Amino acid sequence: MNISISINGETVTRDVEPRTLLVHFIRDTPGLTGTHWGCDTSNCGACIVQIDGKPVKSCTTLAAMTQGHEVSTVESLEKDGELDPIQQGFHEKHALHCGFCTPGMLMTTRALLDENPNPTEEEIRMAISGSICRCTGYKNIVAAVQWAAEHQEAKA
Amino acid sequence: MQTPAPFEYERATSLQGAIASLQEHEDSRIVAGGHSLLPMMKLRLAQPSRLIDINDLTDLEYIREEGDEIAIGALTRHVDLLKSELLWERFPVFRDAELVIADPVVRNRGTIGGSLCQADAAEDLSAVCAALKATVVITGAEGTRTVKMDEFHLGPWMTAVGADEILTEVRFASKPGAGSAHEKVERRAGDWAIAAAAAALWLEDGGKIADAGIALSAVGMTTIDLTRAEALLRGETPSDALFEQAGQIASEDCSPHADGRGPVDYKRHLAGVLTKRALRTAAARALS
Repeated sequence: MNISISINGETVTRDVEPRTLLVHFIRDTPGLTGTHWGCDTSNCGACIVQIDGKPVKSCTTLAAMTQGHEVSTVESLEKDGELDPIQQGFHEKHALHCGFCTPGMLMTTRALLDENPNPTEEEIRMAISGSICRCTGYKNIVAAVQWAAEHQEAKA
Repeated sequence: MQTPAPFEYERATSLQGAIASLQEHEDSRIVAGGHSLLPMMKLRLAQPSRLIDINDLTDLEYIREEGDEIAIGALTRHVDLLKSELLWERFPVFRDAELVIADPVVRNRGTIGGSLCQADAAEDLSAVCAALKATVVITGAEGTRTVKMDEFHLGPWMTAVGADEILTEVRFASKPGAGSAHEKVERRAGDWAIAAAAAALWLEDGGKIADAGIALSAVGMTTIDLTRAEALLRGETPSDALFEQAGQIASEDCSPHADGRGPVDYKRHLAGVLTKRALRTAAARALS
């Protein structure tokens, strides 16, 4: 079937099998490999993208299901060479090591800050509970989100 | 790489259209959030010939009061059940359960209709709806019919929904004096339950228990209705000793099997403790 999906504001059209998962569509067609393909079972969160601003696991979503919706990937965060505050926070607080979970963490926490600009530590931990990091533990990730919350506030 | 076997896909634009397509195509299935069905398809535990996507049927997405009942549309997402002020005020058992169902990202997609139709014995909303003595509305070409929760699950992964029908709504009475709670023990955040209990109590003005609903997850082939414990509670005054007895019945009346989540005696123990705790919280909430 022929499908058109809006990814980061650009319409991408391709003939796919209905069983094509969104994660593979994103990585294969526009070649946006920032979205990672991890556990394939909706447990690890490496594949999280935003659909209409809400974080969703793209390994458990059919590409065809997202026609007519806006998909945003980690590549959409940086604008005109400037990192999003959440990316900058991960940099400042050393919130990644191998980086495999990072795209999912970024898209989840970006959505969190859009909805709740000043989350508590508990709210941050709850928000990222669908993503697994096996390197840093979660302490620095929480600190990174807090950094972003403080700095985007200062900027706004 | 895990990928479902090939299937046809269509996006429903109306409920009647979806039902017509179910009738027309053998082995077709409804998909909404897909967070139970797609993993099952990847494992070939489900292999439908066609998926009928009902995500555009947003008329099925609501939580509202209708007379003395609360009605929840089948397409209502977990996140909306979690955030509903109406449910929090009347039946906090939903929020208790939703806080421990999968994780917030999965809860953005999964729906109450999908959860009930999955009919997994370890699934939490089935026990919640059973404890609330809910009725499920099923729509087919000839119109709607209703099925009580205790007759909805026919066995593991099997429900009363026919091949050309769709679960469209869940309803339950919103009587005064209600208190409800859900208790779950899981191996790690977001996992399926090792055991879980949902309880609802309806107290009379004098404080006696007018009615009770208790259901267990993950300790049997399907959700377990604790009818013997419910009968014990009716007409009695809430007390720790009474709830201890109900917990004892829960331990006896469940039928867990040993697996990676624990041995049988541990699961029976949990069923008892969680039943007691859920009843205690439900009673406290009914009185507050």
